[in-house]
Amino acid sequence: MINIIWFLMIAVGVIFGAINGNITAITDAAISSAELAVEISIGLIGVMALWLGIMKIAEKSGLIQLLSRALKIIMVKLFPDVPPEHPAMGAIIMNMAANVLGLGNAATPLGLKAMNELQTLNPTEDTATDAMVTFLAINTSSVTLIPASVIAIRASAGSANPAEIIGPTIIATAASTVAAVITVKLLQRLPRFQMDIENENIK
Amino acid sequence: MLNFIQIISDFAIPFILLAIPAYGFIKKVKVYEAFTDGAKEGFQTAVRIIPYLVAMLVSIGVFRASGAMDGLTSLLSPVTGLIGMPAETVPMAIMRPLSGGGATGVMTDLITTHGADSLIGRMSSIMMGSTETTFYVLAVYFGAVSIKKTRHALPAGLIADAVGIITAVIIARLMF
Repeated sequence: MINIIWFLMIAVGVIFGAINGNITAITDAAISSAELAVEISIGLIGVMALWLGIMKIAEKSGLIQLLSRALKIIMVKLFPDVPPEHPAMGAIIMNMAANVLGLGNAATPLGLKAMNELQTLNPTEDTATDAMVTFLAINTSSVTLIPASVIAIRASAGSANPAEIIGPTIIATAASTVAAVITVKLLQRLPRFQMDIENENIK
Repeated sequence: MLNFIQIISDFAIPFILLAIPAYGFIKKVKVYEAFTDGAKEGFQTAVRIIPYLVAMLVSIGVFRASGAMDGLTSLLSPVTGLIGMPAETVPMAIMRPLSGGGATGVMTDLITTHGADSLIGRMSSIMMGSTETTFYVLAVYFGAVSIKKTRHALPAGLIADAVGIITAVIIARLMF
């Protein structure tokens, strides 16, 4: 799926660009996007280090285990393959908390930490587990309560009530998150999405 | 209301920066050592993402620059019209899962053109917060652990995006 979409976006882009006489724009976009990707990744190093450091303190002090225990009932339902006391659970909870609060800068490092922890439970090297897909589906559907940047843009555009979209946004984001969880749980049963352990690179 | 939200946003990170080390200190954790120990992982993780992010951003960048968006919009607008979605907001729906910056750009443009308190302005604001940049999240998160076979992650993410966008349309129609 990801292979098809990735290829289609490039193919459609180049063909459309040629027809529209935009072909030099394609070259520029390809090069500047590649540069941007490295800029973003390198730019992440500092914030990554900061939040992974804070996370380590939270881990060593037992704060994360405390949080995990409080949310155990939901977490075990969502991630049946992850042992309830596993550090992955704590990292997932921290990531979700950061997302809910709209702390994008903190959410990414905590989410990557969660992926690293989930990878330790993965029997394969390069195939996603059910728990990873569930975690990312919840993440991509976003659970942000306060869309701070949207409110800021609306305020600067002279809205009479910039924050009026908070309620509707919570409803929309809740709907997409519920849909994400249901879709993941349904799709993971389909034969074409099964983890084919025998043909994978086992660690 | 707006002040209250502003205050929460302003205090959230400083609060966490204080609260977690303070709790660790009380629990007799060597906070400085624990911090540097955790921070070490930051570099590797950031570098490991690079190939995945380059692949994803290049394909999205090429697609955006080609002008294919207009074609896709005119292709989709008869269908989206059926659920009460104005044609102007179709690029927003397409852009949202592809690029966070791109979607912010489209939203800002719609808000300044049609007004923040117009139906289109409100609808695109709700769409912005209704879901995340699916392609970016998948590239970065799977990239960090070198996962190449993503199974049902992309279809699930895109279906969730579609539900979020459609809910945004319905809610905006109902409430405003």
